[in-house]
Amino acid sequence: MIKGTGDMMSKIILTPKEQPQVPLEVDTILPDTLAGKTIDEIKSMNILYGNTEVELQEFFDVEGESGEDPSELQIEFNGDVYNTKRIGQGMTTGEIVVKGNASMYVGAKMKGGKITVEGDVAGWAGQNMQGGEIVVMGNAGDYLGSAYRGDWRGMSGGKITVHGNAGREIAEYMLGGKIHIIGNVKMLPGIHMNGGILIIDGNVISRTGGEMKGGTIIVNGRIGEFLPGFEYLGVRKDIDVDGEVMQGLFYKFRGDFATKGADGVVYTATAKNAHIVP
Amino acid sequence: MEYIIKNGMVYDPLNNIDGEKMDICIRDGKIVESVGESAEVVDASGKIVMAGGVEPHTHIAGPKVNVGRMMRPEDSEKDVEAKSGDRRSGSGFSVPSTFMTGYRYTEMGYTTAMEAAMPPLIARHVHEELVDTPILDKGAYPLLGNNWFVMEYLKNGEVEECAAYIAWLMRATKGYAIKVVNPCGTEAWGWGGNVHGINDPAPKFGITGAEMIKGLVEANEMIGLPHSVHLHCNDLGHPGNYETTLASFDIAKNIKASPKYGERDISLYGTHVQFHSYGGTSWRDFESEAPAIADYLNKNDHIAIDVGQITLDETTTMTADGPMEFDLYTLTGFKWANCDVELETGSGVVPFIYSSKNPVHSTQWAIGMELFLLTKDPGKIMMTTDHPNAGPFTRYPRIIAWLMSSKYRNDLIENELHAWAQKRSSIATIDREYSLYDIAQVTRATAARVLGLSETKGHLGVGADADVAIYSFNPETQDASSDYMTIEAVFRMADHVFKDGEIVVKNGELVKPRIDGRTYWVNCHFNEELEKNVISDVKKKFKQYYTVNFENYEIGDGYMRRSAPIEIK
Ligand SMILES: [Zn+2]
Repeated sequence: MIKGTGDMMSKIILTPKEQPQVPLEVDTILPDTLAGKTIDEIKSMNILYGNTEVELQEFFDVEGESGEDPSELQIEFNGDVYNTKRIGQGMTTGEIVVKGNASMYVGAKMKGGKITVEGDVAGWAGQNMQGGEIVVMGNAGDYLGSAYRGDWRGMSGGKITVHGNAGREIAEYMLGGKIHIIGNVKMLPGIHMNGGILIIDGNVISRTGGEMKGGTIIVNGRIGEFLPGFEYLGVRKDIDVDGEVMQGLFYKFRGDFATKGADGVVYTATAKNAHIVP
Repeated sequence: MEYIIKNGMVYDPLNNIDGEKMDICIRDGKIVESVGESAEVVDASGKIVMAGGVEPHTHIAGPKVNVGRMMRPEDSEKDVEAKSGDRRSGSGFSVPSTFMTGYRYTEMGYTTAMEAAMPPLIARHVHEELVDTPILDKGAYPLLGNNWFVMEYLKNGEVEECAAYIAWLMRATKGYAIKVVNPCGTEAWGWGGNVHGINDPAPKFGITGAEMIKGLVEANEMIGLPHSVHLHCNDLGHPGNYETTLASFDIAKNIKASPKYGERDISLYGTHVQFHSYGGTSWRDFESEAPAIADYLNKNDHIAIDVGQITLDETTTMTADGPMEFDLYTLTGFKWANCDVELETGSGVVPFIYSSKNPVHSTQWAIGMELFLLTKDPGKIMMTTDHPNAGPFTRYPRIIAWLMSSKYRNDLIENELHAWAQKRSSIATIDREYSLYDIAQVTRATAARVLGLSETKGHLGVGADADVAIYSFNPETQDASSDYMTIEAVFRMADHVFKDGEIVVKNGELVKPRIDGRTYWVNCHFNEELEKNVISDVKKKFKQYYTVNFENYEIGDGYMRRSAPIEIK
C-alpha cells in the first residue's frame, strides 16, 4: 500500500495469469472506470487482446473491493505485465501500482492521479501527459513524456520520475510539467522541447536539446557530445528554475539555434563538462 | 426495385420546385413518372427531400491527399471509426481514409464528389484511391496550368494543338475537366520563385498566367468539355489579391461556353474564392473585398464560383500551389511536404489551425460568408471548404446552419470571433438568411449544372439518377433561423439516402457501405489528324524528359470499377 493514502483506499488486485505473445491493451481499466462496479462486473470488462476484445478475467484474476469514489481507488497489477500496454492511459484520478514491468504507453494522456511501476516501462510512457504523476522504479524506454507521433504538442503537465535510466528522444515536444531521470539517458533528450523542465542526474550520450525552442534541461552528469547550435552564456551558481533549486556550479547555454526563435536553456554541471564549453 | 418517396417537402431548383409536397418515384436507378402498386413506400411526411448533393471541388484521393494522411498521424488519431458490419474501419479528422470519406459524404446526403487536383503523371494513384472511395460518383480534374506542353503551345499561339493535346490527356488520365492552379506560379516554384499577378511570366517559358487562362478557356470551348476551366487564381491568400481575381475572371468574359454535353452556361469557374477576395497590402491592413467580388458575380453571367469557407478547425492544407504552401510553412513553422511533378505541376502540404481568436482567420470566415450572402443568385455560387484546406467537408452542415440563421452567425461574431470579423468585413450588417431552396441550389443544383451533369444529377425530375436525400426537418413546423442546431444535426446525418435507386442510408444509418460509384471521365475526340502530330511531339518529349515511358502513362479501364465516359465528338 502507498504510504499515507493507502489505508483509506479501496483496492482492486489484478494478478496476471500469463502474458500472451500478442499484447494486451488495458486503457479501459482505470480508477475512473472501475469505481462503483462490483468485482464480477470488473471481471467481465473488456480489454484488447491484439485486435480482439476479451474479458479482463481471461488474462487476470480479479480480487479486492471497489469503492464509489475513483480518487480513493487503487488498482494493483500484481505481477509482471511486460506485454500489457496502455496501463493508466487517460486516467484522471486514483492510483495504479504495477508490481513488475509494464509495456508501452503507461500513463499516456494522463490527466491526474498517480501511477507507480516497480519494474521497467517500455516506450512512450507519459505520452501527451497533462497532469498527475508517474514514478518508475526501474528503467524507461524511448520517447518518455513525448508527443503522439506526428504531433508538435507534447506533454503539458504533471510529473514523471524515473529512478533508473531512460531511452532516446525523451521529453520530445514537451510543453510543460517536469521529468526527472535519476540515471542516464541516450540520444536527444528534450528534442523539439518547447517548455517544462527536464532534469537528468546521470549522463547523456549526445545531442541534448536538439531543435529545442523553450523550456529548461539540467544535466548533472556528463554530456558526451553537445550540439553546435547552442550559445554559451557562462557559469551560474545554485540555479533556481521555476522553484526547482539545484546546488552547485553550472554552465549555461541557450539554443538550439538550428531552429527559428530558439529560446531553450541547458544547464550542465561544470564538474564533468569542461569539454563542451567553447 | 421500385420505390415511392411519399409526401416529402421537395426542394429542386433545377425544376423550380420550392418546398412542394409531392411524391418521388424510383425505378431501376432512375426517377420516373410513376411506379406500380407494389413499390416500396418510404414515408417522408414532415421531412425535406432533395437530390443527392454534388461536390464540385474537394481533395479526397491521390498523392498529396495521401501525403497529408501519412504526415499527420495525429490527425488520424483523433478521429477513428471501428469496423462495423460491412462498414470498414477508418481514421482521419481532416484527411479521412478513402472508405470513411465515402461513408461521410453519403451520410450527409452527398452522392457525387469531384477530386479537384489530379497530377496527370500520378493519375493512376488518384484512380486507385477513387476506386476505394465507395458509394459516391466521382471524377478528377487533371492539373494543366503549369504543364510544359500547354505552356509551349499557348506561347506559340497554337490553341488548337493545345486542345488536341488536352483531348488526348483527358483520355489518357481518365480526367474530367481542366484544372488550373496558380498558372505559371508552380512552374516558377521549380526555380524557387513564384509569379505575382496574371502578367508575370513563367521563367524560361515566358508565358503569363493571363495568357494561360485565356488559351485554356479557348481550348476548353474548342473541345466542348462538359465543365469549364476550373481556376485556382494566382496570388492565393495574399492581401490585395482581389484585383488579380477580378482580372482573371474578366479574361473569360467574351468567350462563349460551348459544351458538347450538358447545360453549362459559364466559361470559367473560380474555386475557393474566399482565399482570393482579400484587400489591403499586408496582414496588418488586411480586409475583405468580398463585396467587390460578389458585385462582379452579380453583374456577370460567364462565371460561377465555389467559396472555400473557413470552418475554424485544425485542418490540413494541400494544393498544387507549391509556393503558397512554402509561404504557409514559413508563417506557421509547422511540418511541410513539398513535391515536384516533372513536366506538369507540384504540390505542398502543411497542417493549419484556424482559430476564432485570430484576427485574420476571423476575417477569412467573414469573407466566405459575405460571398455567400452578397451574391444574389445562388445559381452562381457553390458550397465548399476546398476540403480539407479551409476545413473538413464534414462541416458542411454547420455552414448550412450559418447560412440559414443570422442568429447563429451573430452569436459567433459577437461571442467568439475576433473583432476584426466585424471591423474588416461587412458581415455583421448582413441579415440575409438562406432558404432551403437556396441551400439545395448551392449544395447540388448549381454544381450539377456547371459540371455539365445536370441531365442526371442535382435534380429530381424524370430521367435523373435516383440519388435522393431525405432530411428529418419539417419546414412547416420548424424554423431554421432559430432552430439552427437541428439543421446542423439533420444535414450531418440524413434520414434516408438513395444512390442509383438503392437505399444506402436508412433511418439515419448507413446500411449499404459496399457499393461502387461511377467514375466520370471525358472521352474526347477532337481533331484526330492534329492529335497524331501532337502525340508524336509528346512522345519525343517523353523520351527526353519524363521518367516514365509514354506507353506506361495511360490509365487503363481497370482503374475504374464503373467507368462512365462522357463522349465528346
Ligand atoms: Zn482545392
